[in-house]
Amino acid sequence: MGLTAQSTKLESMNDVFNISRTDAQKVIALAGNPNTGKSTVFNYLTGLNQHTGNWPGKTVVSARGEYKYNEKEYIIVDLPGSYSLFTASKDEEVSRDFICYGDYDAIVVVLDATCLERNLNLVFQISEITNKIILCVNLIDEAKKKNIVLDKEGLENELNIPIILTSARKGIGMNELKKAIEKVASSNIEDKPYTVRYDDKIEKRVSEIIPYLEEMNISNPRWSALRMLDSPIDVFSYKKNNNLSMDQAKYLADKLKIEPDNQVIREKISEQNYNYANYLKQKYVIEDYAKLNRDKKIDDIVTSKIFGIPIMLLLLSLILWITIQGANVPSQILSNLFFGFQPKLAGWLIKLGAPDFVIGIIVDGVYGTLAWVVSVMLPPMAIFFPLFSLFEDLGYLPRVAFNLDHLFKKACAHGKQCLSMCMGLGCNAAGVIGCRIIDSPRERLIAIITNNFIPCNGRFPTIIAIASAFFAVTSSSFVNSAVPALFITLLIVLGVFITLAVSYLLSKTLLKGIPSTFTLELPPYRVPQIGRLIYTSIIDRTIFVLSRAVVIAAPAGAITWLISNIYIGDLSILAHISNFLEPAAYLIGLDGFILMAFIVGIPANEIVIPVLLMAYLSTGTLTDFESIGHLRTILMSNGWTPLTALNTMLFSLLHWPCSTTLLTIKKETGSIKWTAAAFFIPTAIAFAVCFITASIYRIIF
Amino acid sequence: MTGDISMKVLTDANIGEVVKVGKNDARDSLKERLLALGLTNGANVEVLRKGPKNNLTVYRIRGAMIALRNEESGLIEIL
Repeated sequence: MGLTAQSTKLESMNDVFNISRTDAQKVIALAGNPNTGKSTVFNYLTGLNQHTGNWPGKTVVSARGEYKYNEKEYIIVDLPGSYSLFTASKDEEVSRDFICYGDYDAIVVVLDATCLERNLNLVFQISEITNKIILCVNLIDEAKKKNIVLDKEGLENELNIPIILTSARKGIGMNELKKAIEKVASSNIEDKPYTVRYDDKIEKRVSEIIPYLEEMNISNPRWSALRMLDSPIDVFSYKKNNNLSMDQAKYLADKLKIEPDNQVIREKISEQNYNYANYLKQKYVIEDYAKLNRDKKIDDIVTSKIFGIPIMLLLLSLILWITIQGANVPSQILSNLFFGFQPKLAGWLIKLGAPDFVIGIIVDGVYGTLAWVVSVMLPPMAIFFPLFSLFEDLGYLPRVAFNLDHLFKKACAHGKQCLSMCMGLGCNAAGVIGCRIIDSPRERLIAIITNNFIPCNGRFPTIIAIASAFFAVTSSSFVNSAVPALFITLLIVLGVFITLAVSYLLSKTLLKGIPSTFTLELPPYRVPQIGRLIYTSIIDRTIFVLSRAVVIAAPAGAITWLISNIYIGDLSILAHISNFLEPAAYLIGLDGFILMAFIVGIPANEIVIPVLLMAYLSTGTLTDFESIGHLRTILMSNGWTPLTALNTMLFSLLHWPCSTTLLTIKKETGSIKWTAAAFFIPTAIAFAVCFITASIYRIIF
Repeated sequence: MTGDISMKVLTDANIGEVVKVGKNDARDSLKERLLALGLTNGANVEVLRKGPKNNLTVYRIRGAMIALRNEESGLIEIL
């Protein structure tokens, strides 16, 4: 089975529709355009740390949280942002289905105070569905900075919908919002919000249909009548309570000679919605045009034809440089601490009378791997991610997509693939889910399969560690971090290049097609909340790294210790495996142990280096690993050359995805075939590239 | 599509110009998306900037900055 709309749609429906609740709990939906701060509102209300970022499409699955107010319990559902209930990317479908058919007691529509006209369109669409609606006009602090003045009372009276002005990040207006939610969710509001009146022709048709719907006891006659006119009939495919069913809709359409999915009517309806939004903006919002152009001036430089891409590369190397430079000292401290404790742990176990092999498993296997993962993985990640989030919060990522779109277009791929690639830096599994922002199934599949060429959280530190060990051997600390930083920047550029090349090849072979449509919003720049950002991204990463370390690194450490200490004949199991892999590994400039470490690392790339070290230490002359300063010595004494270092990094960048990512790809595509492709394509490329570099190296040296 | 060659489309508008949408010739899901972004008949659109390789152009549409490829902006007829 390929990627069908149905397979993923049903799943996403299940995601949001299974809201378990008690009778006393009220369900509140958070809807709105992308990038209006829904997640910030959600975090404020629930105290949860849903990841936030300044780019449209960040929340692609709904998040759910709870809060209490005045002794009452509320479940709050943060829906992916959507421009309209009629558009059709995967993430927007989740919102549409929940807004149209979900079981909620109130819906809060979050609006960007600096972009009301566009945001109101969705409000009009939702107010046709429910009167349990609250407008949360967010980012009023930004509006104030831009000299935008808003007549809240005027707008409230005109729309007949409660409006709360908020700045969720500063906590402004949030109590009023809770109060308004309580009021709307717990009372039976008879008040109808203002809904847009369309032109006479449409209204006449609507008034002809409504009597029939009322007779059938349909709960939402006006909305159903309008959708019968302007939507495909399957808009009625979810049967709930007294909604119009698809069969009923078909019957009525036949009877009243309605041609469903009438795009002319849809266009008229959109036009009239927007005309009204424009009228409201003219009447109740005063803008300062000069201030509006601040972002334009920044963009003139950041996304300029000449400087756009160089600035991007410069920023990337800068972030990497700070990461490498900054991680040095904490890495050293952590590794001294952890590896200094190792003999003590062994000593205690000996005192307790533990048998040798138990001590081996625990001290060298489990503890050693854990110590490595924490001391080497954590510091760079705890520096890299806050920095990266800084740019994310500023609103820089969509500009990256903007700068690179022409390359993706040439590769017959989607410009928004950039955004899912950026998510892949954190975790490829997250990147794969992030591909939901791409509308076209073909391009989404390409983005999913190629996401792996961006080094994730687990591979980044591996690459950094090797690059630092091999390319940072001068006495100057600046050079020692600048050279690896530049090197890794080049490696990422190579990853992007391979992504483009594979995307192009897929487009010409397995996934034939031309580039689909592309629209990209460049959100206004926003000042990041630095304190909160550093706090959450460090906590985020720490928990992520530690939990992976405990769940995967610890057992993997134990297993590796076992196979390197159980002997069959003269050799350990590990040596047997490594000997078996040696010929293939030699061809691609690695050795059998390295290739084996990558295979053992399938559950998590974090463990590749610790497994490798354990393998080397158990067979080589060196038996002790005191700190990461020893990394170079150990690698060199096991015959590493610059080629080995280069190819290990290349292999790490290009090889198969980890098992979590593969499972996610299986879930997102619903296809074994594409999951297999996502495994074999990178693997083949990793072997090919490493074979080429190895051959060239051997010819020259 | 109209056969009228003299019809100007959004792609032809110069940077800094504010133009009015005359007709949106996109179809199906693209039409839906462009309508959702506010590219309805009569909408004002300001041309802000072209990106690398003149591939994307940024427009101010309904108060938001939206980047479109030439393929898309070529479907928007302007007055």
